[in-house]
Amino acid sequence: MTPRASLLSARDLGRRHPSDDGWLFQDIDLDLESGDRLALVGPTGSGKSLILRALALLDPVDRGEVLWEGLRVSDSEVPTYRSKAIYLQQRSPLVPGTVEENLRLPFELRSRSHQPFPRDEALHLLEQFGAGEDFLAKRGVNLSGGERQIVGLLRALLANPTVLLLDEPTASLDRDSAAIVEQLVLAWQADSPDDRTYLWVSHDPEQVVRVTDRILKLDRGRLEVSS
Amino acid sequence: MSQAASYLELSYWQVGLATLLILFNGALSLALRLGLGKRLLVATVRTTVQLLLVGLVLQQVFALRHWAPVLALAFVMVLIAGIAAVRRTTHRYSGIWMDTTLSILVSSWVIAGLALGAILRVEPWYLPQYAIPLLGMILGNTLTGISLGLDRFTETLTQGRDRVELLLTLGGTRWEAALPAIRQAASTGMIPILNSMTVVGIVSLPGMMTGQLLAGVSPVQAVKYQIVIMFLIASATALGTVGAILLSYRRLFSRRHQFRFDALRDTL
Repeated sequence: MTPRASLLSARDLGRRHPSDDGWLFQDIDLDLESGDRLALVGPTGSGKSLILRALALLDPVDRGEVLWEGLRVSDSEVPTYRSKAIYLQQRSPLVPGTVEENLRLPFELRSRSHQPFPRDEALHLLEQFGAGEDFLAKRGVNLSGGERQIVGLLRALLANPTVLLLDEPTASLDRDSAAIVEQLVLAWQADSPDDRTYLWVSHDPEQVVRVTDRILKLDRGRLEVSS
Repeated sequence: MSQAASYLELSYWQVGLATLLILFNGALSLALRLGLGKRLLVATVRTTVQLLLVGLVLQQVFALRHWAPVLALAFVMVLIAGIAAVRRTTHRYSGIWMDTTLSILVSSWVIAGLALGAILRVEPWYLPQYAIPLLGMILGNTLTGISLGLDRFTETLTQGRDRVELLLTLGGTRWEAALPAIRQAASTGMIPILNSMTVVGIVSLPGMMTGQLLAGVSPVQAVKYQIVIMFLIASATALGTVGAILLSYRRLFSRRHQFRFDALRDTL
């Protein structure tokens, strides 16, 4: 029997610097298996965000490719791929309107047009950090930075991805908000521990220990042996 | 004054009289130290030289009565309009000249062609006295629409990069991610022509209608022409603006549903 292909993998991924001969990152080979809780760490400017963006297929690469269950993602499959492997920005932006309108956003896209918005699940998630139904009616502009990021995370979680690509999601948050973000991600993964997977870029060594099982180290655009 | 024409012919001497008015303004500026003198002088010289040159060219083209010079002139007008449209944009990308010129060319030629062939039924179709002014009016307005539309499109994308990428990260297609910016840009490009359609005849009489009235055409005829022209301009502007935005959308959003933010650069 052939071994099952990894859920998400990168093969020989590389991206050149736009203005000189150097590489922003190169020789990136990594595999995300179902259920993985992986950290990507490295000094500032080592290319962590760029690799995460490349895995989300947000930027063009100059070499290598990203595979989903062992297969290259074709152009027309990219939106579907991104609905399964959601990249969360460092400061997830909100669209004008209420919290609920923001949470509904993924369900207005063609890739999820047949799925209803899981309002009960949204309320259940809000309960986990002590917020009620009235929070859904709040307007995005009236939220604190921490609340905005939590809404961004909830929006991604409700869209029911298999993989979360988390780009320093707590970097600009206060301690309490950061704790909520960690809890939400851990609870989401624990809900289906054999399937749900995340790759978490973090600068905080304690956080890495708290939320991940395996660490990938990046230095000057290259991956070091994982520990 | 010529007997045949129903308008008063102007001599260069009469044009000179009008120049006196400008000279008076210049003197006023000097006396009050408004600092307008130099700019007024440059503008006056440019107006005179540009219009005289255009007059000479048109005189030749009108006299030849052949399709080739008319088309050649029409092509030059499109190129100049294309350059002018790009010059007014603040964010550019490689290929913007091509996109702008192509959308100006197609929109203005298609609409002018329909007008000459199907609405006015000019015989022969290239009759310069109709073709050139018609194209000129269409081009002037289309280029404004296109430059406003493109400027708004690239500005919205640059300012709202996070939001564009948010839609992409959640599984949106490139079209879904660009649509809010496309909508804004298209309506921005249409603002000037929609505004002038709303107030036409009330606030001011449009140039062409004024010209026809001066040439002795009956007001009802002049109005009919003006209505046709407004509709032609609005259609060409819509066609050109949407065309330019869609062409730039195809360059700024790859087939892999990526927003090519790096392709945009500031001109300021």
